[in-house]
Amino acid sequence: MKKMTVWNTAFFSFIMYLAFILCPLSSHALEVKRKVLDNGLVLLVVERHNLPVVKVSLGISAGSLNEPAEKAGLASLTASLLTEGTAKRTALQISEEIEFVGGDISASGGDDYVTAGLSVLKKDIALGFDLLSDIILHPVFPADEITKKIERTKAGIKSREENPQYVASREFNKAVFESHPYGRLVSGTDETLDTITRDDIVRYHSEYYKPNNSILSIVGDVTYEEAEALLSTYFSDWKRGEIRTQALSPIRPEKKKKTITVDRELTQATILLGHAGVSRDDPDYYALSVMNYILGGGGFASRLMQNIREEKGLVYDIHSYFSAEKYGGSFRIGLQTKNESANTAIAEILHEVQNIMSEPVTDTELADAQSFLTGSFPMRIETSSSIAAFLVAVEYYGLGMDYEDNYPSFINGITKEDITRVARKHLNPEDYVLVVVANQKETSLSEEFVK
Amino acid sequence: MKKIILCAVVLLLFSLPGCTRTIQSEKPVENGPVYEEVLSNGLKVFIIHDRNAPLAVFQIWYDAGSVHEQIGKTGLSHLLEHMMFKGTPAHGPKTFSKIIKRAGGIDNAGTSKDFVYYFQKLSPDRLHLSIELEADRMRNLIMDPQETMSERDVVMEERRMRYDDDPQNLVYEEVVAAAFKSHPYQWPVIGWMSDLQQITRDDLWKYYRSRYVPNNAFIIVAGNVDVLSTLEKIREEFGSIPRGPEVRKLSAGEPEQLGERRVTVRKEAELPYVFSAYKAPNMLDEDSYALDVLSVVLSGGKSARIYKSLIDEQRIALSAGAGYSSTYRYPFLFYLYGTPLPGNPVEAVERALYKEIENIIEHPPAEREMAKAKNQIEAEFIMDQDSIYYQAMILGQFEMLGDWTLKDRYLDGIRRVTASDVQRAAAQYLVEDKRTVGILIPVKKDAEK
Repeated sequence: MKKMTVWNTAFFSFIMYLAFILCPLSSHALEVKRKVLDNGLVLLVVERHNLPVVKVSLGISAGSLNEPAEKAGLASLTASLLTEGTAKRTALQISEEIEFVGGDISASGGDDYVTAGLSVLKKDIALGFDLLSDIILHPVFPADEITKKIERTKAGIKSREENPQYVASREFNKAVFESHPYGRLVSGTDETLDTITRDDIVRYHSEYYKPNNSILSIVGDVTYEEAEALLSTYFSDWKRGEIRTQALSPIRPEKKKKTITVDRELTQATILLGHAGVSRDDPDYYALSVMNYILGGGGFASRLMQNIREEKGLVYDIHSYFSAEKYGGSFRIGLQTKNESANTAIAEILHEVQNIMSEPVTDTELADAQSFLTGSFPMRIETSSSIAAFLVAVEYYGLGMDYEDNYPSFINGITKEDITRVARKHLNPEDYVLVVVANQKETSLSEEFVK
Repeated sequence: MKKIILCAVVLLLFSLPGCTRTIQSEKPVENGPVYEEVLSNGLKVFIIHDRNAPLAVFQIWYDAGSVHEQIGKTGLSHLLEHMMFKGTPAHGPKTFSKIIKRAGGIDNAGTSKDFVYYFQKLSPDRLHLSIELEADRMRNLIMDPQETMSERDVVMEERRMRYDDDPQNLVYEEVVAAAFKSHPYQWPVIGWMSDLQQITRDDLWKYYRSRYVPNNAFIIVAGNVDVLSTLEKIREEFGSIPRGPEVRKLSAGEPEQLGERRVTVRKEAELPYVFSAYKAPNMLDEDSYALDVLSVVLSGGKSARIYKSLIDEQRIALSAGAGYSSTYRYPFLFYLYGTPLPGNPVEAVERALYKEIENIIEHPPAEREMAKAKNQIEAEFIMDQDSIYYQAMILGQFEMLGDWTLKDRYLDGIRRVTASDVQRAAAQYLVEDKRTVGILIPVKKDAEK
């Protein structure tokens, strides 16, 4: 469906979805069978027999973290070319075979890991696994498909310039992460895409697409025994190999205020304000989850929404978000408001940040945040495809298969003092990165935010 | 539109022939996993019993979409949806979502041209909260004047974000406005900016009082819930709300279109865009099944005609496809769209899209293409049953069309479609005289200086 015709009161952004994929469940326990196979592949299986459907997610640590800066886009290009031709199938044969049975097979890039996905009816599971193993083990990266993919990737980059939120996010990541791979576009840029050769892609695939570098989750109308049998039939040729790890540059060591403006013919200013954050394994992660829910992560329950939307009517959507990845992360507050209101909105969000650092949150705020975070998880893993994606993330970030059991105690153990402490430690209302994509003349950004 | 028309194979398996509606019976009418009852005040209740679901969904639908607005007051229905979160004497301002979230649930609402719906998703043992809160706000909204003005500002920001600063959505808005000159489908759900500035609290109040009545609404509950006690709770909370006067039925039509209409949007953008829409029937017409299959033959993935031709072989488009809006209550649109790859004129993309239609009109789709499209529709139908929210949405949309049991006949309709049906439907509906075309012409800020 190309056009949305239903208007939601609260804007469910993709970012919120990602934030929740790493949150866990409390009451509806998943029965996960986990096994590390002889070749090093981590296999995760959840049986669900409510529908004759199987969903598969394969995470491979072959994201943009591993690519050289001058070849930015290599990891994403390699992933997206997996479905564009194998030793025995052309790109069209792959799509024709899977689409004929109403299934789907896809692969796409990411920074920490790339993901290949398979979605099929139970009756077509053998075909699905045949295709999945073919694209992972035997892609041939035909030269003409590479040319076409690069051409479309460049056009896609150009067309996304029309999206103010994309532009703001790109500039924000660049300023916060600088030379760290998290600061780059996963897609690469026109310049870096031009340096990538077929040899680079073939080598990248042979170096990183190894079973001991991968996590495979299978969820749906399948037993663990059937899953193992499929693996031995279709993935027995997948051989363990040594993985070369890249040294990563540190994330923005010096803290200094930085403001970036992008001038466009827009009626609204798209604003991002934030700075470096924490990695997923930071001990403060759970206290930050609760703090952020109260500040700006909790939709209508959050202070930013109450103040800036409900009381002042300045925005439709406003949220704050900690992006916590393997090797670091960021904190950001995002909003859109008419150009003329930009200064007021920025002043208000800084005020809310200062407030949560200086004053303790109320007992009610804390209790509400805890009951939502612990109580709402089942809806994040309601479907087989969401469970499959969740399992890969839990394994990749080392959260443990008992994560769902432990999560309520992680959240319920947080105190008001913890919240003030982590707010003071991880928020910074002085040395922030501020990005404003707007009609700059109408916005007329105040001196105090620019200097 | 394939994506919207989904229903449970589970439902089909348990479906019983015939379904009589009873008024205020203590035993709901059971139709497979769907239980149905009508309260004495006219409020219909559907319960979808799904033993596998860990969660419950509560939805209440009102026949109060933007088709019921008047010229000069567009956007009223959607603004009222926002106001429904602003509190009642029993549950003060800004508390609705907080109560649901505190219970570990989420809530939201949506407005379309045809309807407004409100929903919560939460643990089945908290379902009573939904029932109490929705019954309360059907009747007792405060609608404080100052809050109303502030929320109007919020909706204006929403309009800026979704339309005014999104060039492709502006084209869509212009095409729909040009395609319909009489039918109220012409205006956008979010409303025109100049109308939003005019809407008063009184306008909203009259609309609320006339359309938010039990006899203009229905409830859908889905999940592993106890059917009888859920119905008892609904009767207890909603049963005392009096039936309202019968609501005005929409009688607008749309005169036959006698020639192609073209609109252009000049706006700062990176790439041009074409959106070409044909008048088409809805699900109540047998031809809709053929048009559904046609949209998948054209646009159902990378092996389908439009991707294969425009994107892969000719390499003139960055993105292109077809879509069909069949679940609208009144006839709406079948559309084609495309963004050229840089260096290619938008006219070439537009011509190539029409060429695909001409090909269908000249030669019916191959048997394998027909089988593939039907398999795709059927598989998606099954897969989407994994979400009880989606099951409830489908029931609601079909009920809005006139009869929810239509959804149990949908796949049969798809299976009946022949290649010559597809060919005939293309020839009948996808004709130049019945289309409205929108073109985005990018204007660069620098070039203007």
